[in-house]
Formats: sequence, C-alpha cells, structure tokens
Amino acid sequence: MANTLFDKVWNAHEIALLPSGASLLHVDRHLMHELTGVEAIKVLDRRHIPVRNPDLTFATFDHVSSTRPGRLAGDAQWSTDMINTLREQVRDKGIRLFDMHSGRQGIVHVIGPELGLTLPGLSIVCGDSHTCTHGAFGAIAWGIGSSELVHVLATQTIRQRRPKTMRIFFDGIAGAGITGKDLILHLIGVLGASAGTGYAIEYAGPAIRALGMEARMTLCNLSIELGAKIGMVAPDDITFDYVRGREFAPKAAVLEQAIAYWKTLPSGADATFDKEVHIDISRIKPQVTWGTSPEHVVAIDGVVPDPNREPDPTLRHGLIKALEYMRLTPGQRIDEVKVDRVFIGSCTNSRISDLRAAAALVKGRHVASGVTAWVVPGSSQVKHQAEREGLNRQFLDAGFEWREPGCSMCVGANGDMVPPGQRCVSTSNRNFVGRQGPGAMTHLASPEVAAASAILGKIASPDMLEHQR
Amino acid sequence: MKAFTRCEGPAAMLLHDNIDTDQIIRIERIAQLKRGQFAPWAFENQRYLAGGSENPDFILNKEPYRHALILIGGDNFGCGSSREMAVWALEEFGIRAIIAPSYGDIFFSNCLQNGLLPITLPREQVQRLADAALLAEVFNVDLGACTITTPSLGDIRFDIHPAHREALLLGQDAVAQTLAVKSQIDEFQERDKVARPWVYMTE
Repeated sequence: MANTLFDKVWNAHEIALLPSGASLLHVDRHLMHELTGVEAIKVLDRRHIPVRNPDLTFATFDHVSSTRPGRLAGDAQWSTDMINTLREQVRDKGIRLFDMHSGRQGIVHVIGPELGLTLPGLSIVCGDSHTCTHGAFGAIAWGIGSSELVHVLATQTIRQRRPKTMRIFFDGIAGAGITGKDLILHLIGVLGASAGTGYAIEYAGPAIRALGMEARMTLCNLSIELGAKIGMVAPDDITFDYVRGREFAPKAAVLEQAIAYWKTLPSGADATFDKEVHIDISRIKPQVTWGTSPEHVVAIDGVVPDPNREPDPTLRHGLIKALEYMRLTPGQRIDEVKVDRVFIGSCTNSRISDLRAAAALVKGRHVASGVTAWVVPGSSQVKHQAEREGLNRQFLDAGFEWREPGCSMCVGANGDMVPPGQRCVSTSNRNFVGRQGPGAMTHLASPEVAAASAILGKIASPDMLEHQR
Repeated sequence: MKAFTRCEGPAAMLLHDNIDTDQIIRIERIAQLKRGQFAPWAFENQRYLAGGSENPDFILNKEPYRHALILIGGDNFGCGSSREMAVWALEEFGIRAIIAPSYGDIFFSNCLQNGLLPITLPREQVQRLADAALLAEVFNVDLGACTITTPSLGDIRFDIHPAHREALLLGQDAVAQTLAVKSQIDEFQERDKVARPWVYMTE
C-alpha cells in the first residue's frame, strides 16, 4: 500500500478497474466554461445522451467573455453567441450557471474554491489544463479534452490510467517577499518543463505548510507547466479554515464529518513515492521567465543565458530560437529589459491576496509612461472585495485599468491581446510563442514583480521600487 | 472513435522540444472555427509569412512533407493547454501518427480519443528516424506488429500500453462502453452518498 495522499484520494473514486488496466473513476465536480462546454453539449444532443448528474456540473463564463467595464457577454458577435448558447444549454440540462451578474462569475479555477465547490479529497475535472489548481486542497484535479468532457457529462466518470507519484519536498524557508509564484517558477526552472510528465505530484515541506490557500493554488496551478496534470498539497487546518462557511461547502455536523475524513488523507509517514525530489528554496530571489517555455527562468537579478554554454544541440537550438523570439541577447541583465505592458490576472494570480500585494506596491506611485497596465480580477467576488478595500482606486490612481473578471490576456481568447512586438510582464502561466497574441513577448512573474515593473517601466523587483524613493 | 491499424507515407520532422498546443492551433481558431475547419490553421505561425503567403522554409510546406502522415517531434510534444483541437488540427491536416521521446499528458490522452497514434521512443531512435525522414523515405507504421519500417532502417519496434493499443486498433467508443456499466456507477454513488454525503450536497 503506497499510503500517499494521491493514492488515498484516487482509491476513494475508483468504481472499477477496467480490463485494459485503466481505472473508471467517479467525478465529484465538473467545472464547465463556454469555450469547450458548448460543443460538448452539442455532441451529447446529437447522440441523444442525457447529462447524468447535472447537479455535479457547474458552469460559468471566463475564456471568451469580455472584461470591459459594463460588459454583458462577449466583445464580438461570435463570443456573445457562444455565451448565449451556453446559457440556453444549461437551462435545458438543469446545470447551475454562475452568470455575469450573479455576483459569482469568474475564472473557473478562482470561483470553484471561493464558492466552496472545491473541497479536500474530491475528484475535479474541467476542460482546461489549469484544473490542477484545485489540488491545493488535496483534491485530485486535472484538465481534460473535449472527448473526455463528453464522457464526463454522459457518465459522471472518467477513464484514467493511474499515474506515477512524485513528492517534491521544499527544503528551507524562503526569504521575505518570496511568493508561491517564485517557488514554483524556480522549481520549473531547475527541473524543466517535462519533469512531471506521467506523475501526480505532491508538494511538501515546511515552506508549503506555511503558505496560505491562495499561494498554494498558485503553486498547484503551475503543475501543468512542470508537465504534471495533477499537483497536490495535503489538507490541513489552513485548508479547513478556508473552506468553512463558503456557499457550497458542507455545514455543521456534515462539515465536522467531512473534516474528520479529510484529516485521514495526508500521506502517511511510511508513504512511498515513485520519485522523490528535494529542492532548496532558502536562498531564492523573485523569479521571472526570459524565454518561451516556463522552464526559461532566471532570478530577477540574473542575466539572460548564453546558448553556447548548452552542450546538447537540440536544447541549444531551442534556447537560440527563444532568444530570437524574445529579442534578447545572452548576458543581458533581465532587470534592464523595458516593458510595454503589464497584466495582473489569470487563474494563477488574480485572487484577493494577489491584488492586495500589487496594490500595496503601486499605491501613491504611477505607471511608467508608455506602459499599459491592466488588473483583471479573477472573479466577481474578488472584484467586489477589492473595491470594498479601495484597491481599485489605488490601481486606477496609479494609472492601471480595472476590468471585469475573466481569463483575458492570459490566453487572448476574448480578444484581450498584447499587440505584436510588445513585451508584457504577466502574472499568468504560459510564456509560449504567441500565447498572449501573435508576436507578443511574455515574461511570467509574481503580482509583486508585475506591479514593480509597471511602475519602473522595466522588469523590476519590489526592492528596486523601494530603492527608487 | 476512429481506429488505427497502419499507415504508410512521408514523415515530417519538427524536432524542437516543448512544442505546445498553442503552437499547433491558436486560441482564435479554436474559439471561432468548428471541427473540420482546422487543417489550414495547424502550425499557422510557422506555416505562413506575415502577408499570409506560405513560408517556403517551413517543413510542412515542402515536398513531400506537406503530405506527411507522420510527425516526428521533440521532447514534451503537445505540452500546455488541454485543447483537443490541437489533435483535430493535426488529424485534419492528415497526420495519423506521431513519434516523439515524450508527450504532454493531456495531449497524449486526446490523441487516443481520436485514433491518432502517439509513439514514444528514446531520443536516439527518434533522431535516427528523423534522419530517414530527411531523406524523404516512406514510413510504414503498423500498430498490430508495433513496428515502424523505413527502407534504410528496417523494422524499429515500439512499445505501447496494451490498453491503448487495443483501444486504437478497435476504435472503441468509450462513452458507449461506460454507459454499458451504468449499474456499477449507480451502486458506487449509492454507497458514496453514505460515506461522503457532502460531495452530493450541492443545492
């Protein structure tokens, strides 16, 4: 018996071990959005198959919805049509929808936790690779494709081969100002973007236990950029405190029953993993990506690497291509690179703690001339909370745009894009070629680094901002 | 699901590591096009020049590779976004099989759902096959025998999980198969509602 957090949660969902060797797993929560949901329901309708458990699917709009103040649906006819189609479909199927003006709309991976739909020990799927975010609660959560989505709607199950397990142990305690984003970017930089392929990862160690839930979500969110479609943190009192009182979370005696069960989930002292990795984080600095893969990471006071020092020809070629696309030269200091855009948002870093941290840095300062800076809160709840705290005023006074919730410029599905040839510091999760728009250059970083970069007009750490005064 | 048994034709090399699904099909195409319309947009950033004309230097615009049935990729092929449209775009372009040292996990699953054969081989083997593809050799991929055959290399064996092999060979419909065991799902939920009642309290 492996006795890991992952195996315990997996086993609790195994309906059958299929002759093929795959497991048939129960799906506790299916989160749906317009970009992949609409077509999946059309496929079901064509095949005359009903939705098995409409009460376990939850829909919202995030990918193609407009983020303009006052928006009702999309910015274009096609996106508005897609949103209206999903509205009709969920009404027809009896699926709960968190619509634009429900006060609960937002990025699926932000609203799941804040509504208490995401709980420890659940199995959660969604047609979006960043579903790994929900692993922060000790759930098994992963992104699925369109065909699997149809399967989930039809059967409330999914066929999966059990992945291998990996525990990543963070040694040491990070210095002041080091965020969950820095921990995970550093890890991807050290291990590489395919290190987690084929594994379900558990993040462990005192530095992880010390993180709040939102930082754990940021950490788990980037598991897929490490190659792992599942990344988890064992539930603890911090998790239970977060869950307590949320709209869809269990209450009273059922909550106590659930917590008693959740306390049995963490990996035992005798747990064995297929792979164990240790990483020392006691000396790391704020991290930022320089290239076109999340593994292209440097410390904020570091320099752009020299491909000539890479002995493997394939890897060297990859570095050269990345440098060309990013218009950078080997040896160049990353904190001297000028930026055109700053984007604070996405399922990685658009929660209230992210906005508080960024707002604290921009308060009383102003975005550098020539820089366009956006804040896109992850959900209506985050937006309203920020407005109650006056964070929106701090951003607006500093020259940021304050927008409506959605995926926005992380992926550009709704038309929110970085123009060709422009450079953006982004709190999102992917710096792929063209990810934020054709020809756009992306540098991934924490909300703190994004805020400092907006003010100074170049990639910058909060420390550099302080020294400016 | 479409079955895969064998295919014979040219193989194109795209040997960079970490070719992500955003590169295979852009988000605007996913959002605004339907299945069956993706073929012209596979790898669009590399396939077309700024003015919209074909980039003559890109492998999939060259003979015989523009008719490729097989794609030879680098490490972590298909990483990133879960968009199944990446698989649809490759399939609609004409690709039937991919050979790479490793794949993004979600992309790999999506291939299996669409009868696209993802073959995993060690990097050195992939490089040897890429060298043969550079000479425009005709590749023969046989899932029954688990072999890739080219004139210069002869038979190269590959391993694939028996479950994946069977599903691809038979072109099984997973939804229909699972609906056939509906009673097991019913029983699981009945038991589970007692053991984990909070899972089902979503009103």
